[in-house]
Amino acid sequence: MRRIRRAHVLLAALAAALCVPASGVSSDSSSPSMITKVGKLEGTLNLIAWEGYTYKQWVTPFVKKTGCKVHSKFGGSSDEMVTLMRTGQYDAVSASGDASLRLILGKDVRPINPSLVPDYKNFIPALKSPSHNTVKGVHYGISLQWGPNTLLYNTKKVKPAPNSWSVLYSSKYKGKVTVPDNAIQIADAALYLSKSKPSLGITDPYELNDTQFKAAVALLKKQRPLVKKYWLTAGDEIDLFKNGGAVVGASWPYQTNTLQAAKAPVKDLIPREGATGWADTWMISSKAKHPNCAVSWIKWVSTPKVQAQQAIYFGETPANTKACKIMDQLSKGSCAQYHANASTAYFNSIKFWKTPVKDCGNGKSNCMDYTKWQAAWTDIKS
Amino acid sequence: MRAVALLLPPLGWMLVFYLAALAVLFVSAFWSVDSFTGKLTHVWTWTNFDTIIHDPTYRQIAWRTIWMAALVTLTDALIAFPFAYYMARVATPRLRTLLFVLVLLPLFSSYLARIYAWRLILNQDGALNWSLAKIGLPQQDWAFTSTAMWIVFSYIWLPFMILPIYAALERIPDSYLEASRDLGARNWTTFRRVIVPLALPGIAAGSIFTFSLTLGDYITPSLVGNVDFIGNVIYRNVLGLTNNLPFSAAYATVPLIVMAIYLALAKRVGAFEAL
Amino acid sequence: METRATRLSLSVWTVLIVLFLWIPLVLICVYAFNSSNIQSWPIAGFSTKWFHLAWHNEEARSALVLSLKAAGIATSIALVLGTAAATVVSRFRFFGRDAITFLLVLPIALPGVVTGIALNSFFNNNPIHGLTPSLWTIVIGHSTFCIVVVYNNVVARLRRTQTSLTEASMDLGADGWQTFRFVTFPVISTALVAGALLAFALSFDEVIVTTFTAGAQNTLPIWILGNLRLGQQLPQVNVVVFFVIVMTVVPVVIAQRLTRDTGILRRR
Repeated sequence: MRRIRRAHVLLAALAAALCVPASGVSSDSSSPSMITKVGKLEGTLNLIAWEGYTYKQWVTPFVKKTGCKVHSKFGGSSDEMVTLMRTGQYDAVSASGDASLRLILGKDVRPINPSLVPDYKNFIPALKSPSHNTVKGVHYGISLQWGPNTLLYNTKKVKPAPNSWSVLYSSKYKGKVTVPDNAIQIADAALYLSKSKPSLGITDPYELNDTQFKAAVALLKKQRPLVKKYWLTAGDEIDLFKNGGAVVGASWPYQTNTLQAAKAPVKDLIPREGATGWADTWMISSKAKHPNCAVSWIKWVSTPKVQAQQAIYFGETPANTKACKIMDQLSKGSCAQYHANASTAYFNSIKFWKTPVKDCGNGKSNCMDYTKWQAAWTDIKS
Repeated sequence: MRAVALLLPPLGWMLVFYLAALAVLFVSAFWSVDSFTGKLTHVWTWTNFDTIIHDPTYRQIAWRTIWMAALVTLTDALIAFPFAYYMARVATPRLRTLLFVLVLLPLFSSYLARIYAWRLILNQDGALNWSLAKIGLPQQDWAFTSTAMWIVFSYIWLPFMILPIYAALERIPDSYLEASRDLGARNWTTFRRVIVPLALPGIAAGSIFTFSLTLGDYITPSLVGNVDFIGNVIYRNVLGLTNNLPFSAAYATVPLIVMAIYLALAKRVGAFEAL
Repeated sequence: METRATRLSLSVWTVLIVLFLWIPLVLICVYAFNSSNIQSWPIAGFSTKWFHLAWHNEEARSALVLSLKAAGIATSIALVLGTAAATVVSRFRFFGRDAITFLLVLPIALPGVVTGIALNSFFNNNPIHGLTPSLWTIVIGHSTFCIVVVYNNVVARLRRTQTSLTEASMDLGADGWQTFRFVTFPVISTALVAGALLAFALSFDEVIVTTFTAGAQNTLPIWILGNLRLGQQLPQVNVVVFFVIVMTVVPVVIAQRLTRDTGILRRR
């Protein structure tokens, strides 16, 4: 029946015509406006967060207080969080340093006036206007917490207790190692090489020239046969350590806390070469549908009590200096355990995640940018 | 014409919401993204396809996926056939109902939970090793290996293979088999020359599911494997790494082409009637 | 017809396969009673505390409700569109008939991730149609593969019935709609049930396409995926899955009973 055929073709052409040009429309080029006040609360809040950042211990009182129902989506890596933010479906994200600049440059987040957050003045100086969330004096978010990527090991199976990242690269525990499935891991290899092969001259694990980069990638390729599984989610690593799949690996304190609570024989530490880490910022989306709830959330999680609760639950360090006392009240010794009263020297010893770019920062421009890191990572893993 | 009126809604729906979206997707395979901000730029280029064809990593991933899909399909066909035969031709009606329910119910329980349950079984200290130890057999280290993925994939898609084969076998009239016997064929010959050819459309239909579902899955490799499949690369480049939709779209042409060929072959065997 | 030995080995094989299919499911149900919040073998201890927690878990409830809604709507759309297409395809001969079947099969034949990213970019980069990720985008995503399931069942059934019935109905003066209501519909009703059931199952449990079309809300599979990431609330996931399995036993049994005598060439 000819008529049907023509109808098909017409419809298809029409539909295609509608879609093709439209998909090319890019977002407007105007900058997002600064948030200067908190208006009426909207009753809902959609967050993108790291696992463990929206625990009911501090979410439930928040919902009660503000009526903003919290929905959280967990991101496994900064890359995922950036992409999720770009969909415009979420209100705020707990972005680490390697995501925040990308979001700022992509105009995906709104600047915020820090005076909206009363606890801001109690933050440690280094996190008030750090370069990963403050650009040219404009704040694109409020610092949250920070912490190290740790070395986790099974106390019964790994003897003697390790004190260096080398344990992840030696064949002693072949087939029982686990590291995160995240391109930023190249920095951890670079960090290890900066101390074990000083001749390479690595000073900043995120600024790697061609030779340094190749060395890090080679090390990771050598590590590949040792790795039982590249963990994608905290749950993966917890499962691996609990069920004998891995006995040593790179981790976050969240996994350590969860495993220890379930009586698994594990311990973690920061090896002698130091550690990479993260410094997280809550940033509000430029397309946020519930900005007032988002600001209220940021205010809430900056208060000393919530900072202390989150620090202990996840195992990280609060930005608010007033949290230390409360941490010790909630769990004796936790303030020192999680370095909440640590010196600036400790803070500076952690190599916080940041997005690798071509500009090496010392006048040269031959560092590997992130697309090369991602491509190399896919290569390493296969 | 009433026929047109009836046909337009489903066709229109599929054209607008599926074909058009697919077309736009494959057009974007020729574009690229800004490397820092990740926004789509409309610069026409072959780079994406270039990378896929020439970079050995992506070729390896594609072959690995296709090979696993074929293996799983074969495994499921072998497992499902005797089961479906029993269900269709040996079991009593009541037993048949029971078996049918037992096969269908797993499709309603969470696919994720079922995969996760396999982790519990295949872990180093999991149920399988525990059982092997009890009967004195050596421990296995299958967790997060290709073996684990093979087992889990075959497990998950098995009902999709059983049902079409069952439907095909059930439709074979007794008279055919009687005729075959009358003509002097013994059981095995009847099986080979009457039953299997008549069941083939069902097997082919089931294989479409097992093959394509394995080809595009990224969840099972993430949960129980440790290597990348085509689905992982596509997923990661859209929702994981920078929003590199063009690259994902380009890589997505691989399963598209593979399935186009597979569907063409399956159609010849009559699979489309047996879905 | 088959030898006793064949029948015996077939029965043994069947039992083994049933065990293979069901052991993981049984494990899920058993671990709903796990006293520890991390899964390990053997089970740490028995406790029913998770049932209470899961019941009051607001996120789990809203995820379950969203899944039911999405599956319900997607199945309804699939029933209407699938039947419409099936009726036309089996009653008329025209050019492009095979193409229609091919088009409808595509969403199920192509990997879900392809459908997912296609719809994702369609919904995200398109201010013209104004559709933002919501229940409707989820439904649209699911309907693409649900339509073919209903379509296939109805086509298969219609192929086995005689066109003389509808012709007779028309001759007796019934118009198209009446013919459909009184003649065609009863014939295909059980095929519709089977198709609807399978479509509902596919939609309810779908996670890959949904990840790309759901935006900020959680369907049940997405909620489960979030909990797998956390690694701390697995027993609650098991409780919910256990609940779903139990809830679906009855509809599945009923559906099977209804569709039992589909075989016109039945024997035994």
